[in-house]
Amino acid sequence: MRLSYPSNIKVIQVPCTGRVDILHLLNAIENGADGVYVAGCLEGECHYLTGNIKTRKKVNYVKKILQEIGIEPERVEMFSLSSAMGLKFAEIAREMNEKIKTLGPTPVRKKEAA
Amino acid sequence: MIVADRKSLEEILSMIKDYKNIMVLGCKGCVTVCNVGGEKEVSILASALRIARQKEGREINIDTKVIERQCDNEYVAQLKETVGNYEAVVSMACGVGPQFLSEAYREQKFYPAVNTTFFGGAVTHGIWEERCAGCGTCIIHDFDGLCPVARCAKSLLHGPCGGSSKGKCEISKETICIWDSIVSKKMEQGRLNDLLKVRAVKDWRTARDGGPRRSIREELTQ
Repeated sequence: MRLSYPSNIKVIQVPCTGRVDILHLLNAIENGADGVYVAGCLEGECHYLTGNIKTRKKVNYVKKILQEIGIEPERVEMFSLSSAMGLKFAEIAREMNEKIKTLGPTPVRKKEAA
Repeated sequence: MIVADRKSLEEILSMIKDYKNIMVLGCKGCVTVCNVGGEKEVSILASALRIARQKEGREINIDTKVIERQCDNEYVAQLKETVGNYEAVVSMACGVGPQFLSEAYREQKFYPAVNTTFFGGAVTHGIWEERCAGCGTCIIHDFDGLCPVARCAKSLLHGPCGGSSKGKCEISKETICIWDSIVSKKMEQGRLNDLLKVRAVKDWRTARDGGPRRSIREELTQ
């Protein structure tokens, strides 16, 4: 299909979104990512039964933590789509990219070493 | 197990606001089992605190460690070499942990990261309920293993009150009336007469009413 999506998005592959942990998402934010999103299978179609549903809860937990410390929870999101939905993947990537651009750079910046 | 809930990040951040170098210390006992203060939760809290402080532009060094049990001096002693390397220590154990630490290391400051709530168990994944009040004189043999002291809102010992409705307690729709369960079970087993027993007034001196408690096992003392 040769679809394009923003080049600033780094894709990390996992066997199932159930593998994505709260700490993976927090570490991304801690290390300066402006936003992180999880693209999981459609609900009810997880090959491992409930991996995507469990991870949606983990994503919501991370959003709660960010909210508690005054960071926009929208910087972390979860989307559901199947591996055959390339168009939707590109659309989500653009949507998330636009959203993060509107929010601006992350307030979580490590001090540069002097 | 002892069940606890993590304090709000706001509260924890306010406890450590003056420090730049702390340790977050977990416990492999009850708080690991109730997913509040084990290895995972220690890492999550440390990460969240670092993010919050980076956002404020006041970076903080946070090291993490999890010991076998914070309620045991034998394990608390393992921190001897490192505990002094930090301005403060945030403990994710139940309320017992920070106290054992505080008594062992008088020069260090310890802060609790959790609110210790009750003795209970997980009724399903992610949901814990109270089962024991630690009253010091167990009487559940009279109630087929169900405890009216811990599970009746009024700790009634002679039957339900007027707030029992359709098996639920008037305090909340999620709270079962334990007396309804006790009576149902006795009826199912045809032993309702057991409940005719008139009990003497409960001696609460073995509970918290008698002050801080102590348990001595002569065969184990050295």
